Amino acid sequence: MIEALGFEFFRNALIARFLASIACGVIGSFVVVKRMASLAGGISHAAFGGIGLGYFLGIDPLAGAAAVALGTSGATAWIRMKADQHLDTLVGAVWATGMAAGILFIYITPGFAPDLFSYLFGNILLVPRGTLWLMALLTAGICTIVAILYPRLVAVTFDEEYAAVMDLHPNRIMVILLLLTGLTVVMLIQIVGIILVIALLTLPAATARLFSRSMKELIVGASLLGIVFTTAGIWLSYAFDIPSGATIVIVSACVYFGALPLQRRIQEHRQTS
Amino acid sequence: MKPVIEVEHLNLSQNGNFVLEDINLTIREHEFHAIIGPNGGGKTTLLKVILGLIRPDSGMVRVMDGTPDEMRSHLGYVPQFRTFDFQFPISVQDMVVSGRLGRLKGPFRRFTHEDTDAADEAMETMQITHLKNLPIHDISGGERQRAIIARALAGKPSVLLLDEPTVYVDGPTAVRFYDILSQLRESITIVLVTHDISALSPDVTHISCVNRRLFTHGDNQITDDMLAGAYPCPVELIAHGVPHRVITEHDNRVFGGRK
Repeated sequence: MIEALGFEFFRNALIARFLASIACGVIGSFVVVKRMASLAGGISHAAFGGIGLGYFLGIDPLAGAAAVALGTSGATAWIRMKADQHLDTLVGAVWATGMAAGILFIYITPGFAPDLFSYLFGNILLVPRGTLWLMALLTAGICTIVAILYPRLVAVTFDEEYAAVMDLHPNRIMVILLLLTGLTVVMLIQIVGIILVIALLTLPAATARLFSRSMKELIVGASLLGIVFTTAGIWLSYAFDIPSGATIVIVSACVYFGALPLQRRIQEHRQTS
Repeated sequence: MKPVIEVEHLNLSQNGNFVLEDINLTIREHEFHAIIGPNGGGKTTLLKVILGLIRPDSGMVRVMDGTPDEMRSHLGYVPQFRTFDFQFPISVQDMVVSGRLGRLKGPFRRFTHEDTDAADEAMETMQITHLKNLPIHDISGGERQRAIIARALAGKPSVLLLDEPTVYVDGPTAVRFYDILSQLRESITIVLVTHDISALSPDVTHISCVNRRLFTHGDNQITDDMLAGAYPCPVELIAHGVPHRVITEHDNRVFGGRK
């Protein structure tokens, strides 16, 4: 591990995983408490369609992903307002359509067709330095917006109806939260891949939630766990020469499933103490 | 007494069926007004119309001489218990103080001393001060119910609207709970929705019966015609003060009410 730090690509990977963990810890906490993990999955897969579209149109795939992900986020927020009960089915449809469109676009684009695998799992060991700056900027932006809106975000994710009674305009707050989710997905899709984006958005926050007593604890816990999971994953991937993205997901999932039975014990301990 | 809530000729249909039909209701200052009726009779919907969360098809709703949207900050709302996610990581205190958000302005909306003081006072009133640092997950059903009411009280409302507040509390807890509400009535108007007429407080001053239409005599009596209108089946009444005594058809037709 220590000698690996001598390589720039490895240092970049560590910075990238740090930024990705913080963005996912902050947004993922709200995704998990608001029970919209499948929605985040839908947005990620729609973004994949956007990447394919970008290649097909000959523009930057990331621009295509951004347009489609943010568009899907906005549309989802609008549909949520109109008909809450159909959202689940709709997410499934968007999920599949995004994936299929992405594959078709990449297939029919003449010339160089990128490897599908790299968009599913990404490769955190191949992050260019310029991308790191963009990631840092977006992470700072996401954290700033969440910090400003924090009391309202907590109120709306906890009880949307009461937030409406207090004139907090929960629909607007939810649009912002969904757009931030879309932004996080786009930022990370080329670096860590779609599957890892969903894993990082949900698993650290879901694990931290088992032991958190407040949203602040959850956000800090999820970010720290994200850093631990990704570091462990990157190290294992380097040590055993296995794919980094998939390794990070498996490490995160093992800790999450391992922690589930501990939840009850910790809560009992808390009540008796 | 000044009217705080006025509803006139209100109609609301959902999916082609009338949910509320020609509702007329006036609630005045310092009333303890119970809205009873069977499940699915439109009680909760009526509350949401008063709160401005649902728009009626026709009719007029006024809250303290304004529209519900304008005057919402004067209303405290206690939603049904089952609508809550008690897994949410939030402490009792943070939940209660969040009831102050409607009074804060500007982009940041950070709580001041005034807000934490109001939250402390609300928790004191609902007797949950000793639980303030616990997550809502770790407290009992009755304590959670009181925390939900404390959140509404923290906003210092003029009118408190409660939706089925005694469903998840046991008998003795409900009695204590109504004692607290009766004390509150000195400073605010209380509107309570429930399907459980056996659990009504004797301090209720007015009773309306809602099942699509609204039946009331403008006082705290429940009469057979109100029930016959609202309930599709015969209802047995249980009197207050004499637990479990069933009022017969020929009894004085009086239900509860301290004079």
